Amino acid sequence: MSTQVTITIDGAEITAAVGQTIIEAADAAGVYIPRLCHKPGLDAFGGCRVCTVTANGRPCSACTQPVMPGMIVQNDTEKLRDFRKTLVEMMFVEGNHFCMFCEKSGGCELQALGYRMGIDVPRFPFLFPKRDVDASHPDILVDHNRCILCARCIRTSRDVDGKQVFDFVGRGAHKRVAVRTGTRLADSDAEVSDAAVEACPVGALLKKRVGYTTPIGARRYDHEPIGSDIENGEEN
Amino acid sequence: MRAEIHPMSTLLDSAVRKICKSFDNDPTRLLDVARAVQEKYRCVSDEAVDVIAQVLHLPRVTVESLVSFYAFLSREKQGRVIIRLCDDVIDRMHGYDRVLAVFREELGIEVGETTSDGNITLERTACIGMSDQAPAALINDVVVTRLNSDRAREIVRELREHMDPNRLVRTYGRGNNAHDLVRSMVHNNIQTEPLVLLSAINRCGAIRKALSLRPVEVIRAVKAARLRGRGGAGFPCGMKWEFTRAADGEQKVVICNADEGEPGTFKDRILLTEYPDRVFAGMTIAGYAIGAQEGILYLRAEYAYLRAFLEDVLQKRREDGLLGDGILGRDDVSFDIRIQMGAGAYVCGEETALISSCEGTRGDPKNRPPFPAQHGYLGRPTSVNNVETLCCVTKIMEEGAAAFSQYGTKQSSGTKLLSISGDCRRPGVYELPFGTTLREVLALCDADDAIAVQVGGPSGQMVGPEHYDRQICFDDLATGGSIMTFGPGRDLLEVVSGFLEFFEDESCGYCTPCRVGTVLLKEAVDRVRADLCEPLDIERFEEMGTMMKAMSRCGLGQTAPNPVLSTLENFPALYAGCNKVDSDGYRRSFDLEASLSEARAIRGGHPEAATNGKGGPQ
Repeated sequence: MSTQVTITIDGAEITAAVGQTIIEAADAAGVYIPRLCHKPGLDAFGGCRVCTVTANGRPCSACTQPVMPGMIVQNDTEKLRDFRKTLVEMMFVEGNHFCMFCEKSGGCELQALGYRMGIDVPRFPFLFPKRDVDASHPDILVDHNRCILCARCIRTSRDVDGKQVFDFVGRGAHKRVAVRTGTRLADSDAEVSDAAVEACPVGALLKKRVGYTTPIGARRYDHEPIGSDIENGEEN
Repeated sequence: MRAEIHPMSTLLDSAVRKICKSFDNDPTRLLDVARAVQEKYRCVSDEAVDVIAQVLHLPRVTVESLVSFYAFLSREKQGRVIIRLCDDVIDRMHGYDRVLAVFREELGIEVGETTSDGNITLERTACIGMSDQAPAALINDVVVTRLNSDRAREIVRELREHMDPNRLVRTYGRGNNAHDLVRSMVHNNIQTEPLVLLSAINRCGAIRKALSLRPVEVIRAVKAARLRGRGGAGFPCGMKWEFTRAADGEQKVVICNADEGEPGTFKDRILLTEYPDRVFAGMTIAGYAIGAQEGILYLRAEYAYLRAFLEDVLQKRREDGLLGDGILGRDDVSFDIRIQMGAGAYVCGEETALISSCEGTRGDPKNRPPFPAQHGYLGRPTSVNNVETLCCVTKIMEEGAAAFSQYGTKQSSGTKLLSISGDCRRPGVYELPFGTTLREVLALCDADDAIAVQVGGPSGQMVGPEHYDRQICFDDLATGGSIMTFGPGRDLLEVVSGFLEFFEDESCGYCTPCRVGTVLLKEAVDRVRADLCEPLDIERFEEMGTMMKAMSRCGLGQTAPNPVLSTLENFPALYAGCNKVDSDGYRRSFDLEASLSEARAIRGGHPEAATNGKGGPQ
């Protein structure tokens, strides 16, 4: 059996390896599919749904769908762009995001995606949920207000750090990330050097005392929109 | 940090260990462990979580995660008796509000609270499968139906006297509802003559027939009968079995989905009460056909009152050689069934969420692929079938594919059980051939004057009189069984809002479109109801709804916008208020006074400081 398959994304043929997901194949080919919960090296989660494409006409998340020979993928269509924009706006109104004061500003993937999609203001009413901040840990701040429930910290802590510091509790709109050994991060074995802290795409997990150190103009997404590294064929 | 174990808690410690041990300290039985702890201690406390985590070798947060997911599990101590009043659209039409008011008043507590003596907890819960005898409630596991204010008052008084929910049941329903192991006041309300599924039982004919065929021949017969899944999606049953049979894996599994949680559905209740042998025979035949030895009946927590009875039926089948090793004397055929209890989560009716739940985790749906047929329960190839589908299988074996498919249409063969409720004079279960028109259905249940019918529950669609000549079948009006009728004078937007509230409550929260979309849709419909909507809202309904359909991860989110989308299409007049524009040019949803109230409160005695005095912008 061949280890290579050919698929098309928006009409362009690309070669993919058997076993790759659509997003992995697209990344390798320099095609950017917007995403938030996907992070190379982690098990696919399929929760944010931003990477939804159609494969042979059916919607699916590009981060969970393996490539199949001859698969026809639609990614950058007007309809999908609209859907994704709606989705990202939903994330902004679901939590309490305050980009202008956020330590993650300029390096935040949610904010960067908002800019790339041309969102100025969400069209939906803000839900202003009451959420907690956990500042108990000496070096790490947890701010649930800015959490988008992407499970990157959960997966990274479990699979990269080998600690399993976090998991979800609750369901629906009440779902949140909780800490393994009790209610406070200080009571867990989380450390500032954990890869889980870096894995957060937004400002929900932050290292203390290092905020705002990168000047405006030198931050990750100040000059090029999110996804440029993939489109330029750089390693991400 | 772990709580220190002090003498007072050693009792709990050893009891919880014993419970874990009774499930072989198996982490995949966490849901059963949590249910047992809940039952014994009326909560899964911090201490209990610690012990469970330790004994099952699970992170503490995994246990918390599971407990926080299911509505019937609680971290806080609940009363000795829990009154769960069924809160859905049908119950609300039949006096839910009045009954709730009496419970609140008599108990002196709000929903979610427990009386100060720790005796009684009041909760509301989604549809408990009793829409034909609403308003209904679960009192612990006991079902009480046809409630009204007087009965609610009596119930509280009686409970205060004896605290025994069983004694609230005075008369039993017919058939097995009066069985010693059921003793329930639930009525079957079967409204049609026996056709196929509700006909007399032949306990071992079907299995005998199946075993006389080769497994592939059994699958061929099911395909010849053109049997499609009865849960609503209509996937061809024979094809599902073929995939599962062909999948790699030594151990295969048959799961019967008895988690009918779609509001307004209660037809599986009848099959489980009166025809359990037909259900279990169907599972056994499925096991033989796909090569599975393991069967699980996933029974929704709301039907716990049937559990002892069903366990007894299983035991009798084992004794009669219809289950276990060497079925009907065939050494090469083994199959057994265990009952997995749910714990209150609509999403678990989705097959991959149901598998998660059987594995003892949160009922989150799984990513597909891999599909259950390849990688299901504990990674084993698994076929998940609806209760009614499996009953069809038994009938196909008993009477042949041709006899089965003489009913129905080409694309939808056989009969369908409908659960009919709402504004009709004959609510109950109807067995009708596929292809029956809605008009015929409405005539049978005596609801000719219906202004609207919800076909397929909240996840289905609402149709009006111009659609009454459409047919009940997979290719026209598909339904897993729920038919809700609405008579003249009903506020259909209130119904839509009720359905959206249901989805909001039941979303698992895994994916963004469903988690946030259900909340936003409900908010927007309530603005329409309050006459605070605007033309843009209509556009957003459609945008958000189509997005949720395309981008949600499972069927729940994909169908959650249907109440809005189907009424926008079939009842556009409901949304006519959106076309109004206020003369002052403000958006109608914007309330200047309310927006300024907080600032005013802060500023105290200087109201003019918050506006320019005329209420307009500065």
